[in-house]
Amino acid sequence: MVGITSYGGYIPRYRLSRMVIVQNMAWYFPVIMAVAGGEKAVANWDEDSVSMAVSAAYDCMTGKDRKGLDGLYFASTTMPFADRLNAGIVATALNMREEDVTNADFSSCMKAGTTAAISALGAIEAGTKNNVLVVASDQRRTKMATMFEMFFGDGAAAVLFGKDDVIAEFKGSYSVNCDFIDHYKGYGKEFDYGWEERWVRDIGYGKIIPEAIAGFLAKTGTAIGDFDKVIYPCYFGGTHRGIAKKLGIEKENAQNNLHAVCGDTGAAHPMVMLVAALEEAKPGDKLLVAGFGQGCDVLSFEVTDKINDLKERRGVKGSLANRVELSSYQKFSKFRNLITADLGIRGEANPNTALTVLWRKRKMMFGLVGAKCKKCGTPQFPAQPICVNPDCWTVNEFEDYEFSDKEAKILMFTGDMLSASVDPPAIYGLIGFDGGGRTMLDFTDCELNQVKVGMKSRMSFRKRYSDGMRGFTGYFWKAVPQIEGGDA
Amino acid sequence: MATGIRDKVAVIGMGCTKFGERWNDGAEELMVEAFQECMEDAGIEKKEIQAAWLGSCFDEVNIGKSALPASMALRLPNISVTRVENYCASGTEAFRGAVYAVASGAYDIALAIGVEKLKDIGYGGLPEFSSAMGTLNQLWMANMTAPGGFAMLATGYAAKYGLDINEVKRAMAHVSVKSHANGAMNPKAHLRRAVTEEQVLNAPQIAYPLGLFDCCGVSDGSACAIVTTPDIAKGLGKKDFVSVKALQLSLSNGTELAYEWDGAHFVTTTKASAAAYEEAGITNPREEISMMEVHDCFSITELVTMEDLHISERGQAPKDIMDGFYDMTGGVPCQVDGGLKCFGHPIGASGLRMLYEMYLQLHGRAGDRQLQNPKFGLTHNLGGFPFMNVCSVAIIGKNGA
Repeated sequence: MVGITSYGGYIPRYRLSRMVIVQNMAWYFPVIMAVAGGEKAVANWDEDSVSMAVSAAYDCMTGKDRKGLDGLYFASTTMPFADRLNAGIVATALNMREEDVTNADFSSCMKAGTTAAISALGAIEAGTKNNVLVVASDQRRTKMATMFEMFFGDGAAAVLFGKDDVIAEFKGSYSVNCDFIDHYKGYGKEFDYGWEERWVRDIGYGKIIPEAIAGFLAKTGTAIGDFDKVIYPCYFGGTHRGIAKKLGIEKENAQNNLHAVCGDTGAAHPMVMLVAALEEAKPGDKLLVAGFGQGCDVLSFEVTDKINDLKERRGVKGSLANRVELSSYQKFSKFRNLITADLGIRGEANPNTALTVLWRKRKMMFGLVGAKCKKCGTPQFPAQPICVNPDCWTVNEFEDYEFSDKEAKILMFTGDMLSASVDPPAIYGLIGFDGGGRTMLDFTDCELNQVKVGMKSRMSFRKRYSDGMRGFTGYFWKAVPQIEGGDA
Repeated sequence: MATGIRDKVAVIGMGCTKFGERWNDGAEELMVEAFQECMEDAGIEKKEIQAAWLGSCFDEVNIGKSALPASMALRLPNISVTRVENYCASGTEAFRGAVYAVASGAYDIALAIGVEKLKDIGYGGLPEFSSAMGTLNQLWMANMTAPGGFAMLATGYAAKYGLDINEVKRAMAHVSVKSHANGAMNPKAHLRRAVTEEQVLNAPQIAYPLGLFDCCGVSDGSACAIVTTPDIAKGLGKKDFVSVKALQLSLSNGTELAYEWDGAHFVTTTKASAAAYEEAGITNPREEISMMEVHDCFSITELVTMEDLHISERGQAPKDIMDGFYDMTGGVPCQVDGGLKCFGHPIGASGLRMLYEMYLQLHGRAGDRQLQNPKFGLTHNLGGFPFMNVCSVAIIGKNGA
């Protein structure tokens, strides 16, 4: 049996009420008032498509062996690198095997996620791969006071495809490909360029999705009524309902487009919605999922009993529950670098990234891999040639030790107003990992007045710096204090 | 068997500039100013100096690399000059180089000079150091500054002793109030205004829980010393000269950062001070140390250091501080010249500036700040961060004391 063997999700913690955008920008473009309801998920200033993909991927790999992955397909239209495998960053962050794996980027289209899924399933069906992780993520910058600003949210989802312990069996796919350009982004351009909404609704979403689904049904000899959930993206609420009506999908069988709570997450959205559907699915449920963009992909799955054995995870549901309102439109604009604020001369420092160092230390930098001494058993970060335990100091006798999935206790911390930071104060501190090992990390997703010594924290892969001069983005891990999980 | 440095080297001359925002002076002017005072004090000629050590820290935004800036500025007679850098211990390292050179018998007379010109960077605080911490560290280490690095110590200390952070802050405030009071009496100090505990506690926050007055001044300045053997000092007609009693250094090895540490003390200071007392023949520092200049880069650093120097019992520094034990009139006056807090902190010069105050006090030349009949003066530098640092401890006293 081939199909989905696990899933994970990541929606960033900040939510921007659309009313806040309206209050700040409707003077400029009053049309945005028409979609003022609900809120959208907003990535923190230190997040991007890659960092969110890593979060979703880790969530998906809960209880699974990351070394068992034969490939990682990363789907996004907002990848930080035009030439450097972005999937490779995610893969290194997962501390995946480097030998006998195929990693790839699926880009430049809103249906990149579903296309990656079809490719992964094809490889598994062909027997050339056993386990392929598909991660879709998007963090789209939008111009101020646009419908895109209202509709788009940030998020990521990951789906593991394989043969063992399948939780949703793959039942076939069908794709339509056509050069329908509802919007595009040219090379070197900062923002999407869109065509008239009425045309996009009627001839784009409203025609192409129903036709593709009809094509799938005809190809597989199924009927729309066979499906317990039909999952398709469309941020125009009326059009989303119209598609259901056209296809004869009952209201409860059309998967919510998450417009009210998250916004449209671009290339990630079909996967985000699929994960949300899986979180509610029961054995026997049949799911139909469609991805839209220069055509339409349609895939179908049937949920198995194994879904009940899946280990608990954050998922999309848990991410949505972890919610903090971003009440300042200015802060949102600064986080997306839409406005210029002075970082001061201290913030100008821009040391180059030594790619030789990054190569040697890739496990440390991306995977948060330290070492465990074979002699005394001490976990340590960073790995050094001599054991850190002063009663040991054994030389070069280590095995890899992953800290990325370990919890840690905050031992000391500060909130630094002097550090150059987009979101001052810069909060950082010393943390001690459960099971041993300690280090100093930046903290994120917290307010200074919430942080306490003794509080639990979890690791999160984040953007550490953007070297605008050279176009390089640097990543590292940060500690996320678990505000409710502290014992202090 | 090593016998230590005690009484093997005499300090026969010292000089120190006024510290502060010396907008009109570069490192060259500062070095010459300190050097001239020092030479006059020593009463020797330049050609008698056989070797020199220069201490400076942020060379990239300051004097540049090598010891040439000192050799050129002072027009030294083509002698050996070595630049040393060891964070905030750089000044003491220069002193150590000169002292060891004389003690080894390689040279008769040596110069140690420290300088830092910090106010050419265009912004407040110490220079940003992301490009000075190494190609690997810059990729992953937290977005730290000096105040943030040390501020963490306050949360660690409060947690260890179960104190409310405000209790710790009050003791920290007293540390600063005391140093401002002392600095006000020092014409060479950068900051010369007394402050109240209220002002300190209500100052804008720099790095939680440190406020503006918990942080030392960032200053330009230079200080230097001429050292020789006790025999030569006597030959030069020096009576009651000052000699070196102890010089110790201790560096972190990663244990605090990556293995084990309570986050409430300096491992290095604890070790370096114990070694210094042994070297100097001091068994009860609380009784025997007459005065100190410690590395009060931040008030919390000074607070914790009082315990690491084995003068306050563990957990008792806040009480000793509040009791006035480290005030000018207390048991062991600390930061008699105003400390880094008020005298200022041109990094490479600081270790020598501290020795300068001890030297003045030992000679009875400290003016309004003069303490009664001091015997041993201790100086202490702490460079880096609480969890990863370089610590130096020096003790000087009257020869034979």
